[in-house]
Amino acid sequence: MREITYLEAVREALSQEMRNNEDVYMLGEDIGVYGGAFGVSRGMIEEFGPERIRNTPISEAAISGTAVGSALTGMRPILELQFSDFITIAMDNLANQAAKIRYMYGGKGTIPMVLRTPSGSGTGAAAQHSQSLEAWAAHIPGLKVVQPSTAGDAKGLLKAAIDDSNPVVFYEHKLLYKTSGEVPEEQYSIPLGKADIKQEGTDATIVATAMMVHKSLEAANLLSEKGIDVEVVDPRTLVPFDTETVVESVKKTGRLLVVHEAVKFGGIGGEIASIVAESEAFDYLDYPIRRLGAAFVPVPYNPVLEKASVPSVEEIVENIQEMVNYQS
Amino acid sequence: MNLKLPEAVSTEKLTELYEQMWLIRLFDEKVDEFFAKGKIHGTTHLAVGQEASAAGVCALLDDSDKITSTHRGHGHCISKGADTRYMMAELFGRETGYCKGKGGSMHIADLKKGNLGANGIVGGGFAIAAGAALTSQMKDEGYVVVCFFGDGASNEGSFHEALNLASIWKLPVIFVCENNQYGMSGSVNDMTNVSDIADRSASYGIPGSVVDGNDIFDVMQATDEAVRFAREGNGPSLVECKTYRWKGHSKSDAKKYRTREEEKQWRDRDPIRLMKEKLIEAGHFTEEDAEDIKKKAVEMIEESVQFALDSKEPDVSTLLEDVYAE
Repeated sequence: MREITYLEAVREALSQEMRNNEDVYMLGEDIGVYGGAFGVSRGMIEEFGPERIRNTPISEAAISGTAVGSALTGMRPILELQFSDFITIAMDNLANQAAKIRYMYGGKGTIPMVLRTPSGSGTGAAAQHSQSLEAWAAHIPGLKVVQPSTAGDAKGLLKAAIDDSNPVVFYEHKLLYKTSGEVPEEQYSIPLGKADIKQEGTDATIVATAMMVHKSLEAANLLSEKGIDVEVVDPRTLVPFDTETVVESVKKTGRLLVVHEAVKFGGIGGEIASIVAESEAFDYLDYPIRRLGAAFVPVPYNPVLEKASVPSVEEIVENIQEMVNYQS
Repeated sequence: MNLKLPEAVSTEKLTELYEQMWLIRLFDEKVDEFFAKGKIHGTTHLAVGQEASAAGVCALLDDSDKITSTHRGHGHCISKGADTRYMMAELFGRETGYCKGKGGSMHIADLKKGNLGANGIVGGGFAIAAGAALTSQMKDEGYVVVCFFGDGASNEGSFHEALNLASIWKLPVIFVCENNQYGMSGSVNDMTNVSDIADRSASYGIPGSVVDGNDIFDVMQATDEAVRFAREGNGPSLVECKTYRWKGHSKSDAKKYRTREEEKQWRDRDPIRLMKEKLIEAGHFTEEDAEDIKKKAVEMIEESVQFALDSKEPDVSTLLEDVYAE
């Protein structure tokens, strides 16, 4: 199959949907001729024009609310925030308006909007341009939260997000933009709430998100050389969460390591660990559940410190080895 | 008839508007009464004394036009065509309420009538209104959007961001400031350093006007101009209605931040009485007619209370419904 980059896959999903649905439009800072902070929308204003590729002032509060208002009245806006850290400025519209309108209004009105935004560290952009705040969004009833880790998933999940009648926060990892993968040319949809087993295994389950899926797969390769057979599960969406796939995997392997790039304390890993601990999989556990996440620090600038703040392949390998080699 | 009226407002409409002003006042007074008795819980923000801005502005809108409202929004709802029975049921938390009892006072919405909803976040409506106006512009739907807000909300960042955005995109939205002199306890004189909120429109290159918010005829004239301006594709504008809330900010307000004398001065300029006097003077109706109209409103509010009391509480099984759309 054809291979394209994650960034191209996102752009293709956007363009194909915009060709098919007049109600879909994009708004965001510098998404016009500049092509967006990371180049995702490059070339799109030439095809779709400035009406549908709306370059906005630097006003996250206004553009997020404009997305909500236009979604409530029949459009399907796709809002780009340059860095997911800026969600803090858009948060009122996300948390207090978009997420709650339908419920507060007693089931009236829909907010079919997608907020796309690059997250994660590894670019040396330091503390205000490198965070992984997905657990914030996942904590708010009414929002859906998506974190694709591959080009193929990005395209299919984005189509599903645009088609969804609810506000969806779509986190693109900035280090993944240049990675390539097999991506079908035609439009397709990957349902939200369906995890993907990126690698099958029998000795331990790693549930990992976004960039950590790739680190976990790398760790799994190293571990297979040592005779340890690891299963890597990518939830792909945090809300809705595919409990069944994760629970079934842990029942099979008896061990669970959760890995994410967000700060470990209060991160989604705690929720995933609890879901498993409260499930029937608990009886199958041969070792206590472990979690890996970022240190409890703002993301530092220095590359050595930055790298040290997030889970590494080595840490994943070490943890799985300890968990598997443990003799009771 | 010597009253100057916008073309869109017929003389018959004036009777309806007079009744509407009473509906707003009586609705909120009734809510106040039931709060005091402990029959309605939570909190509420009453617009007694501010009836002319809601009624006067919405008089220039049709059903396809939209509004965003505020935490002090019962009047806006009524003026945009809401049924007071379903409103009262919502305040009583009943399943027949506009939000099936899930929203309460600060979240009443009636999308079919173009009411995009009240808002519990001060300044929460600015950008939503701009977004709704963007839909009108992109789909060529022809409707305009009125964004009601208070003097206090004009100090929120969202006010400045949304006015700028609406201005550069020439969105058909009318920002209507109901300057009732206080943001909770904060006097507008202490919290802003401009004499009129309307002055702020200049920063965004849009027209701003100031009207006597207790005079419905003044409000209608200014709104008429603003609505035409928006419908003709000229973009947004701001209308500031100077008014006063007779009651406290919410139910727990001892009103220590203002004098009784100031309250009296404003009560002497009762918007309902001002309208009545002008209508009698113009020969539109008599004192007796006015009393009959008020009686109709009293009956409607009584009926609304009865409707609410007769309605069921929502079943607990509905708790998890309506978080997500299918």
